[in-house]
Amino acid sequence: MSTLALAARDSSTMIRRQLKRLIRYPSMTIQLVATPVILLLVFVYVFGGTLGAGLGGGRGAYVDYVVPGILLMAVATAATGTAVMVASDMTEGIIARLRTMRIWRPSILTGHVVGAVIQQLLGMAVLIGVALVMGFDPKATAVEWLATAGLLTLFVVAITWLAVALGLKAQTPESASNAPMPLILLPFLGSGFVPTDSMPTALRWFAEYQPFTPIMETVRGLLLGTPIGNSAAIATAWCAGIAVVSYLWAKNTFNKA
Amino acid sequence: MKDLAIAANGLRKSYRDKVVLDGIDLTVPQGTVFALLGPNGAGKTTTVQILSTLIAADGGTVQIAGFDLARQPDDVRGAIGVTGQYSAVDKLLTGEENLLLMADLHHLSRKDGKRKAAELLERFDLVDAAGKTAATYSGGMQRRLDLAMTLVGDPRLIFLDEPTTGLDPRSRRSMWQIVRELVASGVTIFLTTQYLEEADELADRIALLDHGRLIAEGTAEELKRLIPGGHVSLRFTDDDTLKDALGTLGRGFVDPSDDDRLTLQVPSDGGVAALRELLTRLDAAGIEPADLSVHTPDLDDVFLTLTGQKQETNR
Repeated sequence: MSTLALAARDSSTMIRRQLKRLIRYPSMTIQLVATPVILLLVFVYVFGGTLGAGLGGGRGAYVDYVVPGILLMAVATAATGTAVMVASDMTEGIIARLRTMRIWRPSILTGHVVGAVIQQLLGMAVLIGVALVMGFDPKATAVEWLATAGLLTLFVVAITWLAVALGLKAQTPESASNAPMPLILLPFLGSGFVPTDSMPTALRWFAEYQPFTPIMETVRGLLLGTPIGNSAAIATAWCAGIAVVSYLWAKNTFNKA
Repeated sequence: MKDLAIAANGLRKSYRDKVVLDGIDLTVPQGTVFALLGPNGAGKTTTVQILSTLIAADGGTVQIAGFDLARQPDDVRGAIGVTGQYSAVDKLLTGEENLLLMADLHHLSRKDGKRKAAELLERFDLVDAAGKTAATYSGGMQRRLDLAMTLVGDPRLIFLDEPTTGLDPRSRRSMWQIVRELVASGVTIFLTTQYLEEADELADRIALLDHGRLIAEGTAEELKRLIPGGHVSLRFTDDDTLKDALGTLGRGFVDPSDDDRLTLQVPSDGGVAALRELLTRLDAAGIEPADLSVHTPDLDDVFLTLTGQKQETNR
């Protein structure tokens, strides 16, 4: 069997394993879907009146503004779950068994990544559904929706590989849960919840150059028609870069352990 | 070299400055059972991890099924099966799903995979539990499923790392039976254990591992002869013959556990030469024992003498 065929076959086997596990252990998925929905409710109904006024609108304007931020935050939160799941899987005997078998080794990780991506796309769909009920009013065409889905999928893949690498690097599931923490802060330290030009200089500089901001700006532009500029290209480059580096890092860490 | 399942030379492994394996040599012919026996921390699991491609050795050369361990790890992986000390089953999957996962990873067709899984569930007495998740299995069932998963790929060489540790006596006996059946079908087994009885029951050859060194190797019988403590029991029909025998041999004592006081115990290594000499001397004196039995020391004696450890710490 050629390497490519072997990779495809073993990966699909490991993806099936992971999906079965996710179905059998649904509490993780439920938590992943519910947490961003709760955040959205808090931001819109608790802070939304005041923050929306600052944007020159009201609560309704703030729903539109905050959805891209919450979407990215959902991915960052889910990364913690993925890192923990990978770290605890590595402590199980089954992984030692798989390592002694003649299989395409990255398939063990691919299973985790694809499982997590499916889980998170599901979570995002639910989140957008709830946002629509709350008055989220996107102006996007079908093509723009597709572009949004494409960029977000690329972002999820990148962050998930990063989470897998962090999970592999961690010695215990407990320490794995801390590693992706900074990711959760990035939507706040960017244009996720308030525009960056309202921030002090140093923070604004960080906010404008960190990877989450161009991604949120691109999603916002695609869905709501705000200007995108060069954000789309920068966002794609960041996602691709994070994905490739994290994949290599994860693969290396897994082979060394 | 061709008919050796394992040929290891000067295997070394250290973690930082702690030496775990200090240059061990192993030779395991195909179709035999080799037991690596040692207390906890002797280096048994490390040896299995190295031989099964899980970790790299710091030094030494190893050929597994004719493949070089360092240069052809994937070919080695294709030839071996490993059942580790901690059950290597996916606890969130059912017994059948675990077996089908292995079948898929061995690239069996859907039909062959199903057939193989059904066959192994039957053979390992797991048919009733096939649809339950492995997390609900007892220790013995998980161990059986574990071994069944190893067998999906029909490996020629199987590593069993402490296969019966933590099992109740019944599960242990059924595991032994399974191992014997595997050997009968021509599979080579490399077994680690801390139970002397297990090595004695199953293994063709036994190596004693202590603090990362092999301190003795041979068949169970050879090992037992390594240390003194054996004796020959001679039973006589009457007291006078016993006294004559004692006078002729010049050594021995009456076995206190025989109520009739008609059994003489003569210290001996139990070897053929010593027996022949003893019988020749009795024969020359015209003394005929009614019964004769040889008691070689058991492996416990060997192990404790050679490792110089207290018995309780080995259990």
